[in-house]
Amino acid sequence: MKEISELYLPDDVRYAETHEWVKIDDEMVRIGISDYAQDQLGDIVFVELPKVGDTFATGEEFGTVESVKAVSELYIPVGGEVLSINTDLDDAPELVNQDPYHDGWLIEIKPDDLLEVENRMTKEDYMEILEGEE
Amino acid sequence: MRYLPHTDEDISAMLTSSGVKSLDDLFTSIPRDCRRTGDLKLPKPLTEWELTARIDALSREVASSPEYKIFIGAGSYDHFIPESLSYLLSRSEFVTSYTPYQPEISQGTLQAIYEYQTLTARLLGMEVANASLYDGASALAEAILMSLRITRRNRVALSRLIHPLYRSVVETYLKPTGYEIIELPYLTDGTTDLSSIDDMDDLAAIALQSPNFFGSIEHLRSAAEKAHEKGGLFITSFTEPIAYGLLKNPGVLGADIACGEGQSLGISRSFGGPGLGMLAGKMKYVRNMPGRLVGKTEDSEGKRGFVLTLATREQHIRREKATSNICTNNSLCALAAAMYMASIGGTGIRELAQINYDKSEYLKRELTRTGHRIAFQSPTFNEFVVQFPPHSKHKYDSLIEKKIVAGLPVDRWYPELSDHYLLCCTETMTKDDIDLLVREVNS
Repeated sequence: MKEISELYLPDDVRYAETHEWVKIDDEMVRIGISDYAQDQLGDIVFVELPKVGDTFATGEEFGTVESVKAVSELYIPVGGEVLSINTDLDDAPELVNQDPYHDGWLIEIKPDDLLEVENRMTKEDYMEILEGEE
Repeated sequence: MRYLPHTDEDISAMLTSSGVKSLDDLFTSIPRDCRRTGDLKLPKPLTEWELTARIDALSREVASSPEYKIFIGAGSYDHFIPESLSYLLSRSEFVTSYTPYQPEISQGTLQAIYEYQTLTARLLGMEVANASLYDGASALAEAILMSLRITRRNRVALSRLIHPLYRSVVETYLKPTGYEIIELPYLTDGTTDLSSIDDMDDLAAIALQSPNFFGSIEHLRSAAEKAHEKGGLFITSFTEPIAYGLLKNPGVLGADIACGEGQSLGISRSFGGPGLGMLAGKMKYVRNMPGRLVGKTEDSEGKRGFVLTLATREQHIRREKATSNICTNNSLCALAAAMYMASIGGTGIRELAQINYDKSEYLKRELTRTGHRIAFQSPTFNEFVVQFPPHSKHKYDSLIEKKIVAGLPVDRWYPELSDHYLLCCTETMTKDDIDLLVREVNS
């Protein structure tokens, strides 16, 4: 597994304590899991995502990600309505391992409150959390 | 594995090593008033001679075949078991092996389960079968839970002609959860009445058994269509898988999940257990399947290997978030079923099913010829309901004296059917046996 210094943690996304990332894109936000999360899980074999139109409050479970050694719940970092899901993951769940911030994104939502994104952690805060978990 | 009791020296050595004074000290974390004081009320120990005599006496109290001619199926069927099975199953590699928790090291066990899954999927006409569950009743309950998870609905419709004990197990599973079970009544021809379904909404599943408890073959295809129209799943339950040697299998007729009891496939009746829960479904529902599933793959050198797939959804890893409470399979019984299916083969199971059907039709004809009424007119497989004359209980009891068990009275579960008996006839009954039954019933 990667050392913290080896993790790729971009500056332009915010992070949740449950290891999802969230990124503003105009009026909507895109959500995925962090490099740390994919690295901890190992080879991802299946991603279970919600339906377009489902709504979730912040912190609610919106799906699961299954690797060869565990199944983990996904918690939504910002509440809202699901606008689209990454259907490429049906046939290629490994995209989450290979490219967690771009091709391996999970869902796009219309947030209830766009400003809530600012309440999630910056890269620096997230790294502090990770160091605590080591 | 050896069973050697601990000696006093063993116990004192273990106590010293763990730093406690007495065995009772190990239980101090349990509140005093929750602990049992005094001895259990058990009979005094017996010598081996006394015990053997006692068990012999007990076994003489029950009617068992071949001493008795037992014309009862009703979920447990008397079938011939090839001697090769008994021999192979008794091998220690199979008998003593326990569910492997580092499964890939036990390639033989995994391959056996994989072959059981393959044969089961073929017999039932389904895309994927799991590694087995405990018995037919819990398999049905698990299939229903599966449909509730998949559809995220709260209501299921169950035929009243599903085995009454299966329905009772389903109720035990669902009662505390707030899910609703609707019972579908039966028609005068002995099949399920599907007409009430049109007015039902929000159904997670419709479940039928075929052949059903009365032995009748259900109209599975129309039930499947109705379930799918309602956006629900169609579950086919069964107690007699040999029937699918002759009948169209659940998959062909539109079942989303097929589940039932595999005792008929080379497992002795043993007065009710252990059984074999068979469960198979469509591939798209595989991640909602309970239990475990063995898959075939290749290792880094391209060699064939077997792996425990989907294990990450099991209880020993996911705890309360597991797909189901089931965290095991009946490996030895599944192995027996795999050996049985492989031994008799596709042609064999067809012939065997034909023999079962022919013999029970012969019994049916002979009873009709001698003036008895077959209660339901739908086609049956190897059992059917007959209406004996009123107050036939006396006759029934007198036949037991003659070591003939003339079917199972069904009024215990269907009070409206007094003097109705469910009779079963498998390949183990000879023509003489059947003629004897008919003669005695009419004497």
